Amino acid sequence: MSTTVATSTPQAATATPARKRYDPGVLKYREMGYWAPDYAPADTDILALFRITPQQGVDPEEAAAAVAGESSTATWTVVWTDRLTACEQYRAKAYRVDPVPGTGPGTDTPQQYFAWIAYDLDLFEEGSVANLTASIIGNVFSFKPLRAARLEDMRFPVAYVKTFRGPPTGIVVERERLDKFGRPLLGATTKPKLGLSGKNYGRVVYEALKGGLDFVKDDENINSQPFMHWRDRFLYCMEGVNRASAETGEVKGHYLNITAGTMENMYQRAEFARELGSVIVMVDLVAGWTAIQSISNWCRDNDMLLHMHRAGHGTYTRQKNHGVSFRVIAKWLRLAGVDHLHAGTAVGKLEGDPNTVQGYYNVCRETRNAVDLQRGIFFEQDWGGLRKVMPVASGGIHAGQMHQLVDLFGDDCVLQFGGGTIGHPHGIQAGATANRVALEAIVKARNEGRDIAGEGPQILQAAARWCTPLQAALETWKDVTFDYASTDTPDFVPTPTTA
Amino acid sequence: MRITQGTFSFLPDLTDEEIGLQVAYALRQGWALAVEYTDDPHPRNAYWEMWGNPMFDLADPAAVVHELRECRKVFPRHYIKINAFDSTRGFESVRLSFIVNRPPEEPGFELLRTEAQGRVQRYALRAYATDHPVGRRY
Repeated sequence: MSTTVATSTPQAATATPARKRYDPGVLKYREMGYWAPDYAPADTDILALFRITPQQGVDPEEAAAAVAGESSTATWTVVWTDRLTACEQYRAKAYRVDPVPGTGPGTDTPQQYFAWIAYDLDLFEEGSVANLTASIIGNVFSFKPLRAARLEDMRFPVAYVKTFRGPPTGIVVERERLDKFGRPLLGATTKPKLGLSGKNYGRVVYEALKGGLDFVKDDENINSQPFMHWRDRFLYCMEGVNRASAETGEVKGHYLNITAGTMENMYQRAEFARELGSVIVMVDLVAGWTAIQSISNWCRDNDMLLHMHRAGHGTYTRQKNHGVSFRVIAKWLRLAGVDHLHAGTAVGKLEGDPNTVQGYYNVCRETRNAVDLQRGIFFEQDWGGLRKVMPVASGGIHAGQMHQLVDLFGDDCVLQFGGGTIGHPHGIQAGATANRVALEAIVKARNEGRDIAGEGPQILQAAARWCTPLQAALETWKDVTFDYASTDTPDFVPTPTTA
Repeated sequence: MRITQGTFSFLPDLTDEEIGLQVAYALRQGWALAVEYTDDPHPRNAYWEMWGNPMFDLADPAAVVHELRECRKVFPRHYIKINAFDSTRGFESVRLSFIVNRPPEEPGFELLRTEAQGRVQRYALRAYATDHPVGRRY
C-alpha cells in the first residue's frame, strides 16, 4: 500500500485515459477516479464527512481519495473487472478537502483535514444499518496511509431514510401513551447495578417511582447473573411498577434490559416483559445493529417503547482524531429505530461539551436538521417523517442542576438521576420527590417567563422552603460539579454574518 | 392520596393567577387551549369530558381562566385540567397539561391482582371512586 503514497500535490483531479487507467499495476487513488473536486453531490447521494490525519508525505487529496476508494469499490491495485461494471457510478467521490482549524504547524495536533465524500445510493442495501456501516466504517479506519480517521457526520437522502422504519414509538406517541406532557420525564438507574437480589432490586424501583419518578432503569450490564436471574428481576420490578402506579394514579415504567447472548433469548425476555404489562424494554448498543433493528420491529409489533443504552460507545466516539462521532451513531440509531437514546448531560460526570451534546439532541428530535457548525452538524438532514427519538441525560446529575438541564435540553428528554435519587440522605422516595419538585418548579418558572439559567438557584431554594427533601438534596450535593475540559468539541471557523 | 398526573401536581395547587401565567405561556407558543373534566381518574382514561371545543386563536389568557371558573361552578368536585395543543408538524399533540381542580378527598386506587402461572401477577388498577355511577363519585 505504501506504493500509493503520493509526493506531489496537484489540486485538480487527474483524468487518466481508459487504456492507461486499466494497465495492470498500482495507481494513486486520486488517479483511479476517487478524487473529483468538480463533482456536485446529487440529492440522492449519501454524504460523509471524515476528519483525516494523513501520514507524513501523503497529500490530503490522495488521502481523501483513498478513504473514498476503500469505503466503496477500490482495492490496492488496478483490476480489469472494474470494466465489466458502470464503475464510475459505484466509485465514491471525494469532492472537497479542507484543513481543520486549530491543527497543523504551530499547534499541538498534527495537521488534520475534513474530507467530504459522496456515495451513490445504489451502493447500499435498503433498510440495513449493518450494510451501511460495513461500507462506511468497514475498512478505512485501519488503512495505513492514514494515521487516524474519524467519521464526523453523515447526510442521508430521504429516499434512503424512507427504507427504514425508524423509532417504533417516537416522542409524541410515547407522551400520549404515558399521559405525561409539558416537562422532561424523570428516571433513575437502580444502584448498585450489580449484586442485588430480585426482591431488593424491586424495592428500589417501587420507592423511586412512588416518590415521583416516571421510570426506573436497569443498567447496561444487568442481564441474568447468578445473584439475580432475569425472570426474578422482571417479576419484582413489575410488582414495584404497578404498586407505584396505584399509589400515584400515574403510568409508570421500568426499562427491563432484555439484552442477552442470542436473539432467541432476547425475544423470550421481550415476550415476558410484554406478558407482565411493561410499557418499555431496553437493549444495549453492544447487541449490534442487526439485533437492534430486529428488536425494534418486535417493539413496533407489540406497542413497546425501546430504550437504547449506548454501552461501549466511548471506545470509538470520544477521541477527536479517530473513531466515529456520536452524532453519526445517533443518526444510525434513529434509522435503526430506538425510542430512547442516552445522548449526554453536558453537566454530569460523563464526557460532553454543551454545544456538541445539543447537536446530538437535535439529531434525535428535529424533523429536519439545519447545518449548525457550532453544534457539530455539517449537513442538512431531512428525516422524512421518521419519528423522533427521546434523548436521555444520565450520569452524575442532581437536583441542584435542574435549571441548567432544562435550559440546555428543553422538555423532550428523560433526565436520569441514579445516585441523585438513591443516594438521598432521607431515602429513595425523598430523593425522587426532590427531583420531581425541582423539575416542576423550574418548568413552571420558565413558563412564567423567568430566566431559569440566571435565577435557577433562587427558584430551587424557594421550592426547598416548603419541600424538605429538596432542601436536603440541594445541601448534600451543593458542591458537586464535574468541570473538566471536554475532549470532543466542534472545530469550525465561524462564518461572519452580513449585518 | 394525591393523584400526581399532569405537569405540576408535585407543586402546591396553582392559583388562578398562576394558571393565567401558564395559559399566557401556551398562547405565546401558538398553542390552543382546552378545559377537560372527569370523575374517572384512571391513568388510562384518555378521554376526559371536553368543556367545549379547544379555544383556537385566543389573545387573552383571561378567556381560558373564565371558562375554567365556569367549569368549576358546574363540577366543583371533579378533576379539571387545562391542555395546550400544538398543531405544528412533528408534534400535533398536547404540549402542556396540568390539573387545576381536584376533589376535596381523593381515595385513590386499588391494585387488583390475579394469580397466574409461574408467580406471574396480572395487575389492574381500580379507582375506588368508580364504585359509584358517573356524577356521584366525589
